[in-house]
Amino acid sequence: MATAAVYSSPGFDFSNEIRNNFLASKGIPLPKATSTGTTIVGCIFEDGIILGADTRATEGPIVADKNCEKIHYITESIRCCGAGTAADTEFVTNLISSNMEMHALTHNRKPRVVTAMTMLKQYLFRYQGHVGAALVLGGVDATGPNLFTIAPHGSTDKLPYVTMGSGSLAAMAVFESGWRKGMSREEALTLVKSAISAGIFNDLGSGSNVDACIITANNTEMLRNVEMPNERVQKERTYVFPKGTTAWKKEEVRKLVVQEEVRLVGEAMDTD
Amino acid sequence: MDHFPMQWGRPRNDTFDAYGTYPVAQRTYNGGVDAFSAGVQHTQQPIVTGTSVLAIKYKDGVMMAADNLASYGSLARFKDIQRLHPVGTNTVIGAGGDMSDFQYIQALLDELMIGEFTEQDGHSLGPSEIHEYLSHVMYARRSKMDPLWNALIVGGFKDGKRFLSYVDLLGTTYSASTLATGYGSYIAQPLLRKAVEGNEDTLTEDEAVKILEQSMKVLFYRDARSLNKYQIAKISADGVAISESRSVETNWSFAEGIRGYGAQTQ
Amino acid sequence: MPDMIALSHPASGHPQQRQFNPYSENGGTILAISGADFSVIAGDTRQSEGYSIQTRYAPKVFRLTDKAVLAVNGFAADGNMFVKQVRQRLEWYRHAHAKDMPLRAIARLIQTMLYARRFFPYYVYNILGGIEEDGSGAVYSFDPVGSYERESCRAAGAAQSLVQPFLDNQIYFKNQVPQPGHPHPKHLPLTTVIQLVIDSFTSATERHIEVGDGLEMFVVLAKGSPLYGLENIDGVQEMTATNDGERLFVVRRNLKRD
Repeated sequence: MATAAVYSSPGFDFSNEIRNNFLASKGIPLPKATSTGTTIVGCIFEDGIILGADTRATEGPIVADKNCEKIHYITESIRCCGAGTAADTEFVTNLISSNMEMHALTHNRKPRVVTAMTMLKQYLFRYQGHVGAALVLGGVDATGPNLFTIAPHGSTDKLPYVTMGSGSLAAMAVFESGWRKGMSREEALTLVKSAISAGIFNDLGSGSNVDACIITANNTEMLRNVEMPNERVQKERTYVFPKGTTAWKKEEVRKLVVQEEVRLVGEAMDTD
Repeated sequence: MDHFPMQWGRPRNDTFDAYGTYPVAQRTYNGGVDAFSAGVQHTQQPIVTGTSVLAIKYKDGVMMAADNLASYGSLARFKDIQRLHPVGTNTVIGAGGDMSDFQYIQALLDELMIGEFTEQDGHSLGPSEIHEYLSHVMYARRSKMDPLWNALIVGGFKDGKRFLSYVDLLGTTYSASTLATGYGSYIAQPLLRKAVEGNEDTLTEDEAVKILEQSMKVLFYRDARSLNKYQIAKISADGVAISESRSVETNWSFAEGIRGYGAQTQ
Repeated sequence: MPDMIALSHPASGHPQQRQFNPYSENGGTILAISGADFSVIAGDTRQSEGYSIQTRYAPKVFRLTDKAVLAVNGFAADGNMFVKQVRQRLEWYRHAHAKDMPLRAIARLIQTMLYARRFFPYYVYNILGGIEEDGSGAVYSFDPVGSYERESCRAAGAAQSLVQPFLDNQIYFKNQVPQPGHPHPKHLPLTTVIQLVIDSFTSATERHIEVGDGLEMFVVLAKGSPLYGLENIDGVQEMTATNDGERLFVVRRNLKRD
């Protein structure tokens, strides 16, 4: 039996690698993926974790989405910020979210952050960096608050405050000068907002609004667009085109209303 | 060779970004070269390098900061190098990048200032003239494909006016109320902008010193080619004052209680 | 990590010496539009390299004379040096002829200056706007090695591909069929042009990461032209320096800083 012809290995298919490299060398590169230039951060405070993200998605120098959501759902009390290739962050967090739900149902317990972290790092390591997701994972579980970063190659870090993405240095500068152990919820939220703002205003890959997510032992609060420092200004003119502005070559009018006649056959049913 | 200051002075073979830190650390290949590639080698790479220089405007003038380290790749080679250099009585230049090129620039400026002094015409070169001169020197050298591998900040105070401008190995120039070179432009600049933008005319000397101290501390935390030993230069109506070397108190116990990098708890 | 090296090197496998790159890109966008008796030349004020903002205020639009304004965009060091040299040539002309060089002559001068560096070009896109000797508004646009053309509108720089199609549609009325009995106007009024310029830049700021911080817009009015309500525009400032008759104004606006 010619099993080889129909066999396909699980996971990504690298069989076009050589062809793609050849095409790239002839000046036909692969299409560019949308990347979230991004500032994402996370920090521990006295009763939990705060995650933060900007909302700009870019394709090279072009802004692809001015208000995208970069804080992804993993479980009710675990969330994950994504930087890097937008599709990869989306899929990898979705997949792990789904697996975490299965895990919770199997064991009949609230799943832990380290579980999500381990699933993510093992998945990313398997793909040797080809899945371009740089993540900030945070949440509260039975062991308390947990905060990690996961790099595209699968390495992880465990720290009280972390940043990722092209605005990571700007945001980290804010953390390094403002973070203290055991901050209150308000203090920590203010710090996260100013760390993201540092990315928004100093890093061209980051922009638009601030998202934040506050996770405590028994509550998760998603603060979408908690700050909007870059509202769109009113345009000077209105650009409405009068009817007939667009030229046409051919006019064809079709009647799309179908008329049909319904004729009763036999006796009507007795509905009394 | 690469002209991004953040990639300077890294002779190790770090082309491959093993830790996925893109876009921060894309490093140059500095391996072996073909011995016959060129008779005259114009193009070079920086060898002994200095890292960031910071500068801000404040109420009474301009303040600058730079640490005392000159690195040889990842080796902390010289730990008592002054990277803030007074020029005349109203100007200080701060340099990142290649230290031998910087010393050559100091020699050029000495020559220029002596030439100007001997004229005895009642004029002296101020910060804007020195910046203009440097920008022409840097642009001319890049146009000869033989650059002086530096990023320079010129700060000064003359005739009641503050002056703060940047010029680098490409001849690119710009001014702003806060400036930073090298890693400082990624790490310190956001802090400086937040503290200074819009407050240039109200910031006191003490506040300005505090902002620079805080920024130098954060740089020391995060720039692996920096040193907790630096100088601050103040240029105001009183002329130029460059401080003795100083350091800030640091704290490395932030992650106490955290174990490992993943699932470890012990 | 010897096996990792192969990944990031050219296919040949031999390490090659990397050369010093004398050029850089500093982002930003410029544009110019001419009308019957005026010209508007504008640019944003952000200067950037990579993902970093170098400064939020670095002018890209320069007054050459009272009737000529030059916008430069591309590699900032080349741009500034080029403007400096153009200004020097104009000063020499003034000393020789006791008058300002006419616009079309400045355009030809810029061409020769650019082409002189054919094999080590100024990496700069120039747009020259102003008033011709016959009193008409004019815009000249150049490529980095000196090919030039007189047009009535042109955008260049980082967001050229966003702004030019908008101008083609709104200035040249491309892809717009006129309403019966209402042909497209031959020249747009100044107020409309200024609105289009502002909208071009606020839109480019929204969608291009290298555009923003500030807008600097020069308006040149021909001899004897009325102000067309220019005096009522927010933050307008007159820059006229001679008594030749042409008048020069600058309008500054804030753009988003993210």
